[in-house]
Amino acid sequence: MSKNTVSDRFRKVDVDEYDENKFVDEEDGGENQLGPDEAEVDSLIRSYPFRNLMGALQAVLKNPPINAKNQNVKDRAEGLVLKVLSSFKASDIEKAVQSLDKTGVDLLMKYIYKGFEKPSDNSSAILLQWHEKALSAGGVGSIVRVLTARKTV
Amino acid sequence: MIDSGGVLCVFLEEAAMSYHSFLLEPISCHAWNKDRTQIALCPNNHEVHIYKKDGNNWSKIHVLKEHNGQVTGIDWAPESNRIVTCGTDRNAYVWTLKGDAWKPTLVILRINRAARCVKWSPKENKFAVGSGSRLISVCYFEKDNDWWVCKHIKKPIRSTILCLDWHPNNVLLAAGSCDFKCRIFSAYIKEVEEKPAPTAWGSKMPFGEVMFESTGTAGWVHGVCFSDSGNRVAWASHDSTVAVAEGGKTAVCASLTSETLPLLCVTFITENSLVAAGHDCYPVLFVYDSNKAALSFGGKLDVPKQSAQKGMTARERFQNLDKKATTDSKEAVLESVHKNSISQISILNGGKAQCAKFCTTGMDGGMTIWDVKTLESAMKDLKIV
Repeated sequence: MSKNTVSDRFRKVDVDEYDENKFVDEEDGGENQLGPDEAEVDSLIRSYPFRNLMGALQAVLKNPPINAKNQNVKDRAEGLVLKVLSSFKASDIEKAVQSLDKTGVDLLMKYIYKGFEKPSDNSSAILLQWHEKALSAGGVGSIVRVLTARKTV
Repeated sequence: MIDSGGVLCVFLEEAAMSYHSFLLEPISCHAWNKDRTQIALCPNNHEVHIYKKDGNNWSKIHVLKEHNGQVTGIDWAPESNRIVTCGTDRNAYVWTLKGDAWKPTLVILRINRAARCVKWSPKENKFAVGSGSRLISVCYFEKDNDWWVCKHIKKPIRSTILCLDWHPNNVLLAAGSCDFKCRIFSAYIKEVEEKPAPTAWGSKMPFGEVMFESTGTAGWVHGVCFSDSGNRVAWASHDSTVAVAEGGKTAVCASLTSETLPLLCVTFITENSLVAAGHDCYPVLFVYDSNKAALSFGGKLDVPKQSAQKGMTARERFQNLDKKATTDSKEAVLESVHKNSISQISILNGGKAQCAKFCTTGMDGGMTIWDVKTLESAMKDLKIV
């Protein structure tokens, strides 16, 4: 068989990077977005005697790290949201979703799909329960907005 | 029914919607002539077919063959009776009726990607073509050379132009693009018109000037429409939102996220009401309140036939649970008139100020004519302001 004597390094070049008409998203300031406050959320989950889970949900959906360039911030936020979502009893999920407004439901849907991307032990089952309730509140429109968002959590 | 004068009176029942199935394939685009007796449409190929209304039927009277690619946009100028078509072959043709046949004139658009949409200006002395070349070609007729010439609007467009609409002053042009923005440009051509008077969107309007650019909505802008006065512009984008901007010192924007699939086309039917339709296969009403600068959902505009609710046997219930994990008896059949996405909506009577009838065509090859008054009376809670 003939031996390849010519370099094939050109196959590793990303030509799209050199396209002068390449679409670049507008850069929004992301330095101030640190994600939800861990301490606040933790205290709300553990608060005695009645665990304030509704409050924890509201708190964890604050300050979404949408524009943050640091991937760690985004991962930490996702982990925190997952923690709060797992602490809910299955029967309370519907009430919790009802307490959110439209943007809250959209944001919850974004976190749910983010959680699907990296499944762990029981996370997918819990996320699916939340997904069902969020879907009946936000409709397919909220899923479309997860798919079309250029910058997401 | 016979009245006292012995004259037979017949009550014509005005239908809220009348559906006609033209094809089994999608209707790519359509346009009506001035008196709404003829419709020109593209049956998902390189041709344009013109149908004439014949009582309750439609008969094909002309076939326009000139394009080498799918025809993506058709517009029929009501006063001058000229048709402009554009297609994926990067060309546009202006068709004039000579005797009994439509004769095409090629327009060089100087684009290197497919043309996507075309619209005559209100005075019919110009037309604009949106294309995948990331620019808008504004074409006008140069008498000296007996030839259509075009000028390009390039900046700051970053992706395909999907939809266009002209302002009533014949100069401003709204364009929706795949770079997630709806913009209003000036398409002032000094060779064919006088300097325009100031509008709500600004007073200095040199060619190509951006008078307004949207922010806030993500997703490709599929449909754009000016209101009858030109002071408002509405657009529908792929993230299932619809938005209205009102011109002024600073433009005021109001948007509404919807729970449905994305909308593909939108039009004003009064100064405050919009009708939009898309992938959910039925038109929807939206109402704009300028005092609160808010857009709200007005109602679904499809009167579904009452389907007989048959009782489910226990066996069927168990089967449903096994197959679909639900005991719902809803069948997977669309109740709407259109059986596939609606891709274009056009006003038939009444203009954008007091629309009385509008028409939708879709991917199911069908065309539906909707009567606004009958819809309003047929659906309670529906108020068109």
